[in-house]
Amino acid sequence: MAKKNERDTKRCHGGVTRRGFLASVGASTVGAVVASRAAAAPAQQRESLEGMVPCTLKINGRHHSLLVEPRWSLLYVLREELGLTGTKQGCERGECGACTVLVDGVARYACLTLALEVQGHAVTTVEGLVVDGQLSAVQQAFVAEDAFQCGYCTPGQVMAAEALLRANPAPSDEEIREGMSGNLCRCGAYDHIVKAVRRAAAARRAGGAR
Amino acid sequence: MMPNFEYVRPTTVAEVLTRLAAGGARLHAGGSDLLGCLREGILVPSSVVSLSGVAELRGIGELAGGELRIGATTTLTEIASHPLVRQRYPGLAQAALLVASPQLRNQGTLGGNLCQKPRCWYYRGSFQCARKGGDTCYAYAGENQYHCLFGGETCYYVHPSDLAPALVALEATAHILGRGGRRVVPLEQFFLLPGQDFQHETVLEHDEILAEVVLPAPRPGAAGVYRKVRERGCWDFALVGVAVWLARSAGVVEQVRIVLTGVAATPWRARAAERLLLGRKLDAALAARAGVAASEGAHPLAHNAYKVPMLRGLVEEALRSLA
Ligand SMILES: Cc1cc2nc3c(=O)[nH]c(=O)nc-3n(C[C@H](O)[C@H](O)[C@H](O)COP(=O)(O)OP(=O)(O)OC[C@H]3O[C@@H](n4cnc5c(N)ncnc54)[C@H](O)[C@@H]3O)c2cc1C
Ligand code: FES
Ligand code: FES
Repeated sequence: MAKKNERDTKRCHGGVTRRGFLASVGASTVGAVVASRAAAAPAQQRESLEGMVPCTLKINGRHHSLLVEPRWSLLYVLREELGLTGTKQGCERGECGACTVLVDGVARYACLTLALEVQGHAVTTVEGLVVDGQLSAVQQAFVAEDAFQCGYCTPGQVMAAEALLRANPAPSDEEIREGMSGNLCRCGAYDHIVKAVRRAAAARRAGGAR
Repeated sequence: MMPNFEYVRPTTVAEVLTRLAAGGARLHAGGSDLLGCLREGILVPSSVVSLSGVAELRGIGELAGGELRIGATTTLTEIASHPLVRQRYPGLAQAALLVASPQLRNQGTLGGNLCQKPRCWYYRGSFQCARKGGDTCYAYAGENQYHCLFGGETCYYVHPSDLAPALVALEATAHILGRGGRRVVPLEQFFLLPGQDFQHETVLEHDEILAEVVLPAPRPGAAGVYRKVRERGCWDFALVGVAVWLARSAGVVEQVRIVLTGVAATPWRARAAERLLLGRKLDAALAARAGVAASEGAHPLAHNAYKVPMLRGLVEEALRSLA
């Protein structure tokens, strides 16, 4: 079970989780935090950084420089190192779609992607679809069509829909079902999801919507 | 969690080969099968050598003699949507489009698809099965509904790939690079049955890579199709899959290859069915007889006998679609 603890040292001093801490300081400072941790580590502590390598990622238009272990998945780095928890972890084996992100505009599972592999490419997560506080056309359509129940699969569904519409602005219902076939919804909101994608496609074609 | 490893991303094949020769290395193409194997402890490499930086391994192009070359790191999405593939080798485009899900096709590559590890749930699970160095194939007496009908011998997994049967049907060749240079192997001989080699699924040595696959120039009057049955309508491995390629002259079958997946540890040629078709005109009645012939030699295990009528029906249906 390689579930949550991709890394052994999850809890930091005083019982604050690393993720909670990062969320409180905001993702923008993460690079600095990680880098200074490396720089400040006394010689014998540096042992624990052994096996870590520098990694530069471009996520939602912003560059992050951090140290990673080669085995860390993009999903792990997004959620646990950068605090971008919009991308969800489900199966961690390419069987649910909850972790879907875009790499150079193309949908892919972050759980089966090494963070080091996407260096030099542009990663977009669900957080990156929001511009100036405005939800994207796909996000708005999911709200308008009530295309979820518990919402756990939703970020992955939204990213799959975004990728589909970028590649095919006017998909048929069959193409929508095919394009969305790599995302499971445990709550069974499929009909509403198809409607939401249809609505988003129309809104984007009508212009103005992003 | 998966053990850590060293990660390198060379930009030339020569560098990749040097890394492999050093030992303990495993190739990473799209990573969609590899990461699962690392998490499950099936593979424990000390270094992972990424192919994503090697430009020469990627892409589809026509060669001087009309053959089509597909680089090993070309994605399944690229194969499924390439105009030349769709036009000249429709069975291959269909097979690529029926693999897994859109995300996995964007990520998964030709080489990774052909070199993926078996999906047997005992092998992937925490069983020290024969394939992992134990002394029992748990599937043989256990839950074997997804296991093989043909060619099983002390290990009973099935080949999981949809591309492999489509490419074998097209008489594709595998171009392998190693430190000794290039060798070319008919793709049909690229895969190994457990009886041929118990530890390896392909003829690749540890210091070799699959560089590209080459398809012969299309033949006039040829037609091909790929069909697969799975438990749900998408995102699932084949229970049974079949690729058919045939060439006719004045309606008479002159050449034919029928290759099954999901029923053996390698793509499996239904030779009795092929023989039946040769020199005859394909019609519905012949298609049905060929379906039955395709199951000749099947040895069902306790829970997979359902695959016999399934493969008969599938072969018949595929042939009828070409009649
Ligand atoms: C949920 C799920 C469903 C799936 N369903 C299907 C399906 O329906 N049909 C189907 O065909 N497949 C299916 N697959 C398998 C999928 O297609 C493969 O995982 C994928 O094609 C592997 O390609 P990759 O580039 O990601 O390979 P990687 O994961 O990078 O590599 C796979 C293996 O091949 C080796 N390798 C990679 N490239 C080379 C090379 N050039 N030379 C030598 N060795 C190499 C690697 O070392 C590794 O061991 C499914 C996978 C998942 C996770
Ligand atoms: S968490 Fe990646 S597909 Fe399920
Ligand atoms: S809304 Fe609950 S899993 Fe999709």
